[in-house]
Amino acid sequence: MTTLTKQQQDPAAPVRRPKAAKPDRKSFIHRLGDLKVALFFIFPAMIGFVVFYLIPTIRGVYLSFTEYSILGEPTWIGIKNYTAMLGDELFWNAMAVTVQYVGLNIGFQTVIALGLALLMHRVAKSTFIRGALLLPFLVANVIVALLWFWMLDYQLGIVNEVISWMGLPRIAFFGSEQWAIPTIAAVNVWRHMGYTALLIFAGLQSIPNHVYEVASLDGSSPTRTFWSITMPLLRPVMVLVLVVTVIGSFQVFDTVAVTTAGGPINASRVIQMYIYQKAFGESDFGYASALSVILFVILALVAFVQMKFLKGNESDLD
Amino acid sequence: MSTSTLTRKKSVNNNSSHRNSVRKPVNWRRVGAWTLVVLAIAVTVAPFLWMLRTAFSSNAALASNAGNLLPAEFSLGAFKRVLGMQTPEEAIAEGGSGAAINFWLYLRNSVIFATVTTAGQVFFSAMAAYAFSRLRWPGRNAVFGLFLATMMVPPIFTALPNFLMIKNLGLLNTFAGMTLPYLFMTPFAIFFLRQFFLSMSREVEEAAMLDGAKHLRIFFQIVLPNAAAPLATLALLTFIGQWNEYFWPLLVGQDESVRVLTVGLGVFKSQSPQGAPDWSGLMAATLVAAIPVLLLFMAFGKKVVNSIGFSGIK
Repeated sequence: MTTLTKQQQDPAAPVRRPKAAKPDRKSFIHRLGDLKVALFFIFPAMIGFVVFYLIPTIRGVYLSFTEYSILGEPTWIGIKNYTAMLGDELFWNAMAVTVQYVGLNIGFQTVIALGLALLMHRVAKSTFIRGALLLPFLVANVIVALLWFWMLDYQLGIVNEVISWMGLPRIAFFGSEQWAIPTIAAVNVWRHMGYTALLIFAGLQSIPNHVYEVASLDGSSPTRTFWSITMPLLRPVMVLVLVVTVIGSFQVFDTVAVTTAGGPINASRVIQMYIYQKAFGESDFGYASALSVILFVILALVAFVQMKFLKGNESDLD
Repeated sequence: MSTSTLTRKKSVNNNSSHRNSVRKPVNWRRVGAWTLVVLAIAVTVAPFLWMLRTAFSSNAALASNAGNLLPAEFSLGAFKRVLGMQTPEEAIAEGGSGAAINFWLYLRNSVIFATVTTAGQVFFSAMAAYAFSRLRWPGRNAVFGLFLATMMVPPIFTALPNFLMIKNLGLLNTFAGMTLPYLFMTPFAIFFLRQFFLSMSREVEEAAMLDGAKHLRIFFQIVLPNAAAPLATLALLTFIGQWNEYFWPLLVGQDESVRVLTVGLGVFKSQSPQGAPDWSGLMAATLVAAIPVLLLFMAFGKKVVNSIGFSGIK
């Protein structure tokens, strides 16, 4: 995003209309520019912004300091929701489960997507192949989840058929505590790998050809070229991709909701599932709001740390 | 392979002629790379074929033919069941639950939900993007920055207060309640369109302005038509996203009358009896629910694929 804004020019800037020659009378009006027209054009979006983003954000923070079942009025209880969280085993479990999910999901997804992007870039340039790999991303989370729920079924699922055909014991992918999170992570790797690969592919295309030509003239091996040229130049894109995918991954919900609903026991109760259950299962909107404030803070920190330490907004291509 | 790469290779070869001598008849690196590409496509596409195979199977026969690659006892029963063309008795005989999935209603609801939110969002975001790119007014960049900042707010964070507001307004289980939060803008849509509006030439616009055209006319007759391609791309991406939306419709649109397909599929899955779920019915339902998106993708796939890059980062 930062790189984009750097490039663009403001076409409105050079338009100093000849009328501005008389600054004494018109300077005030001129400073307001097109304000009246702008207000008209921005009005609907402004309503959407204020009513559905700004006020809810403020209200969400306020609710996190209250006790509020959906009936009656919220009662101010200070930081009690936050202190309660410290001793809430289910909260810590949800955090651990979510972090485990994000680690598995992002780890595999990023490596596979990088590999696919390199393949797209070097050998398989056709739009058709890219389109085919993008397909799972365009289908709803719910559909992908149900499809794999069927394919990974313990009794009849094709994957377990193959496993037992190979003489191995069947696996309860969604039904066992140790498999639930890895399975959900794998399903979402499958859904997102093509999309992530396309994002990285776009980054690869922005590396100018002459850099590779020089490397090839100097007799650099493909592996060497990858580690000393491609990766460093791709870094800003990789950071951006990581920020976006990690933030998305922390908010996993749909897949869990339609397959395990957080189970077995607490094995796949990710943080957003926990928030959902607190708010809509137990009508504890105050506590649920406090949980989502924490999620918000974590996401902001993750983005900040990634941008800062991986230097995502600086390019080596100068 | 594109021609540019070919010519690049040639020029490299001319410059360093010794490379010609190491040329091998079979490039194993290439063969390996293509094997990986084929494998990746197989892994991507095979589950969809399995969905198709299951949907055309008779549910009762699935148990005895679990590993067979072709449909087990080819049958259209699953589709009939999903589309409400089977009586409950017939459905149970075929291994269905007998519970109806009101598919046509959910389909209609999904169409309304996705179309209304896409139309509103794209149009109002275009208006805002016009103000942020082609008009000069004090505080413009500050307001734009504020809009952009909301991209950082996770949807769940605003979903709870928004749910309470929609509930207090008495709009639960109405299309108004489901569409309103999406109707006016998303920071992404404004950002996306602003990029294109900024890059458009101002000359035509200024000529029109000298002729006394007002901003409204410029917006409708010059800016919008010239931005038809990015507008279409954005509309396409938005529509697919809205069609697939699950969380918000789950919160405010539980009632049958407004239930969308994604939510309906979740309900259908949980209705299945635990002993022998109606797998072929479920796969037929997911297949039919995915068809609109698949059709759009077949028609405009290139647009979608090419739109994913930096500007496509959500």
